[in-house]
Amino acid sequence: MGTINVSKKYTAREKAYLPAILIGMKITLKRFIEGFILRKHNTILYPEKKRDYSERFRGMHFISVDQNKTENCTACFLCETICPADCIHIVADEREDEENQYGVKKEKRPVSFDIDSLRCCFCGFCEEACPKDAIKLSRNYEMAVSSRDEAIYDLDHLKRDIKGRG
Amino acid sequence: MEYFDLIQLVAKIIFVVAVCLGVVPVMVWFERRGAAWMQGRVGPNRVGPFGLLQPLADVIKFIFKEDFVPQNANKFYYYLAPMVALIAPLCALAVIPFGSKAIIFDREVILQIAQMDTGVIFILAFAGLEVYPVILAGWASRNKYTVLGSLRGSSQIVSYEISMGIALLSMLIVYGSFNAHEIVEWQSKNYWGALVNPVGALIFWISIFAETNRLPFDLAEGESEIVAGYHLEYGAMKFALFFMAEYVAMIMASALLSTLFFGGYSLLPGMDKLISLIVAHFAFGEVGAVNVKAVFEFISIFSKVAFFMFVFVWIRWTLPRFRFDQLMDLGWKILFPLSLINLVAVTIAVYFLNQ
Repeated sequence: MGTINVSKKYTAREKAYLPAILIGMKITLKRFIEGFILRKHNTILYPEKKRDYSERFRGMHFISVDQNKTENCTACFLCETICPADCIHIVADEREDEENQYGVKKEKRPVSFDIDSLRCCFCGFCEEACPKDAIKLSRNYEMAVSSRDEAIYDLDHLKRDIKGRG
Repeated sequence: MEYFDLIQLVAKIIFVVAVCLGVVPVMVWFERRGAAWMQGRVGPNRVGPFGLLQPLADVIKFIFKEDFVPQNANKFYYYLAPMVALIAPLCALAVIPFGSKAIIFDREVILQIAQMDTGVIFILAFAGLEVYPVILAGWASRNKYTVLGSLRGSSQIVSYEISMGIALLSMLIVYGSFNAHEIVEWQSKNYWGALVNPVGALIFWISIFAETNRLPFDLAEGESEIVAGYHLEYGAMKFALFFMAEYVAMIMASALLSTLFFGGYSLLPGMDKLISLIVAHFAFGEVGAVNVKAVFEFISIFSKVAFFMFVFVWIRWTLPRFRFDQLMDLGWKILFPLSLINLVAVTIAVYFLNQ
C-alpha cells in the first residue's frame, strides 16, 4: 500500500496564525455588515414566505374526485401491489348502482384506503400505476403531524379538496 | 458625612450591577442576532421589535422550568457552583474605575466602588476564582461528560492564567502602580498601554478568551464532543446563572482589558472639545464641567467595553474550536515563553528609559 503524504510545510506567515485570523475576521465582518445594514439574508422567513418547488414535486397524497365528490378509485389494487414500501392498504367492496358513474354492472369501490405516510417513500409508483388517475401526489410538503395516528391518511383525508396538484 | 458615604457607595454598587446585568440580555440577543447576520441568516425576530424581547422569553422559560438535581449529585457543591460563577466576576468589577470623579452636593465622589491600592491584584484574585465553578459543577454533577469538561476547563484556565498574569506584570512595570486609577491616569497622560506594549496586550487579549471559556477556547463546553461540558446537568435558573456568568465574565474581562491596555475611562480623541462645547453652551459651572466630564468618561469606557464584547462575538463566529493539544501547545509553547521574553524586554526598556 503506497501512502500519500499530504502534510505540507507551513510558511512563516501561516505559522504566525494571526494574519489568517485577520483575513477570517474581515470576511465575517463583511457578512455582518451585509446582514446588519444591507439586510441581505440567504434564508427566507418560512411561514410567511415559501420556497418555490418544482411542478413535479411529490408531496402529500390525494385521491381525485369527480363532480359528485365520488372518488375515481375503483379499488383495483394496482397501487397496493406496486408500492415498494407496502404503505397502501385497501379494503374493496361493490359500488352501489346509483353512484356508479362508469355504467358497468358491478363496479368496485374502496371501503377504506389507508396510506401510512411514515412508511411511504414518495416514489410516485402508485401515481404511475393507477389506471383511473385516482391516486396522485400533491405539491404540499407540510406534512408534520402531532401523533402517529394522524400520519396514516384515511379515505376522507385523501378525498380533500385540492385544486390542480395543490 | 457617614450617611453620604454609605449612600454613594450603595448607589455606585447598584449602578455597576444594574449596568452589568442590563447588558447581559442585550448581549444574549446580540450574540444570536449577530451570529445570524454573520452566517447570512435572519436570527430571532419574532418576540418583540427586532426580537429584542427574546431574552425575556428565555428568562420566563428558565424560571418556570423544573428545578432538577441529579440523584447522586453532591448537593452542596452542585448549588454552590453557579453562585460562585456569577459572584466572582461581579466582585472583580468592584475595582474597575468607570470615571475619574463626580461632584455631588459639593462632595467629591470617586467613580469606582472599591478604592484600593492593590486593585489589579484584587481583580486577578477573583478572576482566578472563575476556575472553581468549572471544577465544582463538573465534579458535583457525577457525570463523566461534566468531569471531562471540568478537567479540560480547569487545565485550560490555569495554563492561560500564567501568560495572562505575566503579560499583566509587564504592564505593571510600565505603570509602576497597582491602583487602577493611577494606571488610567498614566495612560491618559502618555499613551495607551496597547501602544506601549503591543505584545503584552495581544497575549492578554488571547488569554482572556481562554479565561472566559469563549470560542475558540470553549473546550470546557465543547457541544459537539462532550454534550455541554461542565454545566450539562444544570437546568432551569441554575443554568441561567451559568449563562449570565459567562456574559458577566466577558464584561469583566473586557473592562479589565480596556482599563489596562486601552486607556480605561480616559477620554477618546475629540471628546474634550465636545465637553467644553457642552459646558459653554449650557453655562455649567466648574462643578458641572466635572460632572459632564464624568458622564463622557463613562461613555468612553462603556464604548470600549462594548467594542471588546463585539470582538468576542466576532471571533466566536470566525474561528473554529481548538483541539486540546493545540490549545495546550499555544498556551505553554508559544504564549508562555513569549510573555516571559516580553516581560524581560519591557523590564530592560523601563530600566534604561527611567535612568
